Amino acid sequence: MRPSPLDEEARARPNVELARWPDVHYLNHETSVRSWLFTHDHKRIGVMYLATVGVFFILGGIYALLIRIQLLSPESRFVSPLAYNRLFTLHGVTMVWLFMIPAIPSGLGNFLYPLMIGAKDVAMPRLNLLSLWIFWAGALLTVIGMLWGGADTGWTFYTPYSTTTSTAIVPVLLGVFVIGLSTIATGLNFVVTVHTMRTPGLGWMRLPLFLWAIYGTALIQLLATPVLGLTVLLVSIEHFAGIGIFDPALGGDPILFQHLFWFYSHPAVYIMVLPAMGVISEVVCAFSRKNVAGYRLIVISTVGIAGVGFFTWGHHMFTSGQSIPASGAFGILSMFVGIFTAIKVFTWTYTMYRGAISLRAPMIYLFGFLFLLVFGGMTGIALATTSLDLHWQDTYFVVAHFHYIMVGSVMLAFLAGLHYWWPKLFGKTYFERPATSAAAVVGFGFIATFTPQFYLGNMGMPRRYAFYPPEFQWLNVASTGGATILAIGILIATVNLLVSLRYGAIAGDNPWGSGGFEWMGTTSPPAPHNFTAPPQFPAQPHDYSVAPRRTLPRASPP
Amino acid sequence: MPSSLTEFLRNFLLLPPEGSTFSVSADRLHFVVILTTFAGSFGVFLTAAIFIIRYRQRDPDQTTVHVPPSRLLEAAYIVLPLTLFVIWFFIGFRQYVYTETPPPGAMDVYVTAKQWMWKFTYPGGPNSINTLRLPVGRPVRLLLTSRDVIHSLFVPELRLKQDVLPGRYTQTWFTLRMPGRWRILCTEYCGLLHSEMRGELVALDPAEYEAWLANQRQDLNAQRDASASGPEQQAHPAPSLAEQGERIAVAQGCLACHSVDGSRHIGPTWLGLYMSRVPLEAGAFAIADEAYLTESIMEPDKKIVAHFQPLMPSYRGRIGAAEVAAIVEYIKSLRTDEVVPGSGQEPPHAPLTP
Repeated sequence: MRPSPLDEEARARPNVELARWPDVHYLNHETSVRSWLFTHDHKRIGVMYLATVGVFFILGGIYALLIRIQLLSPESRFVSPLAYNRLFTLHGVTMVWLFMIPAIPSGLGNFLYPLMIGAKDVAMPRLNLLSLWIFWAGALLTVIGMLWGGADTGWTFYTPYSTTTSTAIVPVLLGVFVIGLSTIATGLNFVVTVHTMRTPGLGWMRLPLFLWAIYGTALIQLLATPVLGLTVLLVSIEHFAGIGIFDPALGGDPILFQHLFWFYSHPAVYIMVLPAMGVISEVVCAFSRKNVAGYRLIVISTVGIAGVGFFTWGHHMFTSGQSIPASGAFGILSMFVGIFTAIKVFTWTYTMYRGAISLRAPMIYLFGFLFLLVFGGMTGIALATTSLDLHWQDTYFVVAHFHYIMVGSVMLAFLAGLHYWWPKLFGKTYFERPATSAAAVVGFGFIATFTPQFYLGNMGMPRRYAFYPPEFQWLNVASTGGATILAIGILIATVNLLVSLRYGAIAGDNPWGSGGFEWMGTTSPPAPHNFTAPPQFPAQPHDYSVAPRRTLPRASPP
Repeated sequence: MPSSLTEFLRNFLLLPPEGSTFSVSADRLHFVVILTTFAGSFGVFLTAAIFIIRYRQRDPDQTTVHVPPSRLLEAAYIVLPLTLFVIWFFIGFRQYVYTETPPPGAMDVYVTAKQWMWKFTYPGGPNSINTLRLPVGRPVRLLLTSRDVIHSLFVPELRLKQDVLPGRYTQTWFTLRMPGRWRILCTEYCGLLHSEMRGELVALDPAEYEAWLANQRQDLNAQRDASASGPEQQAHPAPSLAEQGERIAVAQGCLACHSVDGSRHIGPTWLGLYMSRVPLEAGAFAIADEAYLTESIMEPDKKIVAHFQPLMPSYRGRIGAAEVAAIVEYIKSLRTDEVVPGSGQEPPHAPLTP
């Protein structure tokens, strides 16, 4: 953003005006700690979620770096095998439940949801606050459980190992259970909000695509999370009381847990990835200045992923001894989920056609995202090809695949969204040059970290190995090098965003000239109750046949 | 695919040597799928890069025309990848069915996994820890079970892995195509020393394998002779797994209820039981394979044979995985040569063996 006050440009163009800083907005109308902790404002709740998941993202990243240091040499004694097993459990649990699941829906989603439908707040503001508190409680329980008890089961908690391990696993499981309650509350709130709170005249097929993505996610959260809660309770009961559910030595069924766990955890992948796709649908339109090429198809594929995603869990179990027909059914259904993702990728690419593309930081994240999503998605198709999975299952190929599609796409989309909506969140613009460099470094670092891991999987290195045969070393060293680059990129991006809170230029209501609904009718930062009058949205989001109103950022308040 | 090309691709993708017949066909599909993945991801990325340059923004307030979605293009998005994915699925699934269905007459080896070691038991005699010696060119079936948590047996050169479950038998099979020494790795996280739970698969020429086996049996005999309790035992050969199973069956009292001569007793007879079609209550049927036999020892009440009473106690916790394997092997040895009407499990012609 150029912070120069181009008054002449503003005069010459009827749709352009200089940025103004609103006198009263959601950040300054009340400032006490109490006013934050007891707020019903979806924007403040969203910001608190963002701060929380940001901390856990950095923590999860530090755990990942410790893992990568251990793997620098085949017989490394950097940490003991027990500490290593706890470390990757800690990394997985933190990244999945404390960062990826809440990051986009509860953080960005909470903030943007009412702005996009022209509402004052979500349908149940108190429940929204309760969901945040429950999330904090669950996160606290999980972290304390991990640090004191030190579960060593991996984030998948496979039985009968998890029910017989001597490490204290029950606090972590209960933490996950509590976090699940928070997820359900948030999902319920979103579903009710979009059904009841849309501004008059805003029909379903006019909704911004980010909303559709969050709506699909909320449906999965409502339907899948209870199964997770049930499952972790059963594991806790068996571990604590010795009642035989999963352990065959007690009369249980060792495979039952895998069915229950993946019945939740496969849809949970879409809880993470669908919101990321929603962010990308917005970013690609805003920075190509183009209407999305195929709105209806994106909507159909969003709902399709949410639906079919429930019937593919058995593709995690091709080697578990499940029956051949079951593997066949899960295999072919997985192919259909792949198609919905392919539709989205092609639609985003086609959206750029005949657009007016500006290569800002969110757009660079989007390019990284596209590569990771296609490569990660197609390796997912490869893994769903039953005979090929027999080699790759539980090797680093799987680790690389899900980091590409799940972690990489969520991380890059989260950063893209954070940069894109930063002016709306805090009214300040980030510094463009360090942001674009950080985006390029993050994308490159990510690919450099996980591409060697695909090769490690092909060579046959199993996951969750504290020690490994020496022939795998050179690729592990390469991966650790990539992780270092990735960490540097994230550090630059984080510092840039935080510094801009104080020193960034005043952004104004719509510094991008974006056609997204969330940029219309509100100030940046938005007023405490968002709108003073019901907003008048255009016929479709991201219509650039007429240039939308745009504000010119300026260095200091007038 | 010409072999020089496949060799190049195998090296490019860092795949280990193709040790089994299955690995050759799996790798062909692997190459096609992964090359398409490379083409797809770089294709999308390059297209986007071209659009960036061609359609770069010239003015911050630039307007763009409303491009309506093209039906033809949208149909192509869906149909082309779907066709590709479904074709891959069917080729892959055929290979999967092949590798999940052991051929009759395969040589059996029992695998028992525990934290953190592998034990291999040959029906003919020897046991070995962490080293699995097998002949090249002969179909081998592994029957796997675990004594504690879930493990998974993985040999990268075979492109195969199979989870090893406690309280159950799973199976996999393969035919080795070249001699070699390859790592056996555990790929299901099983606790503290999961990464140290490694073994070795030694693929031997058939003649070498037979020599090793004969040598082992001799050693077993010598060992037994050295510790023999009486001269009358010295004349006996080393006990096979089936013979051990018979002793265990006597010791555990199995034969008090199950006959081995085909007569009806308190429980069903064991003669000809293996791989027969067993009528259950309520009109269902079960095939008496290793999994069924194991389950019937561990959870006898789960599948009661029609017209028998549920009287048998569970042997869970009373006998271990090795003993179960021995009993199952004993039951397998009790075959009847008589023509049993309706059994239908045997091939119509006995295979011709020299």
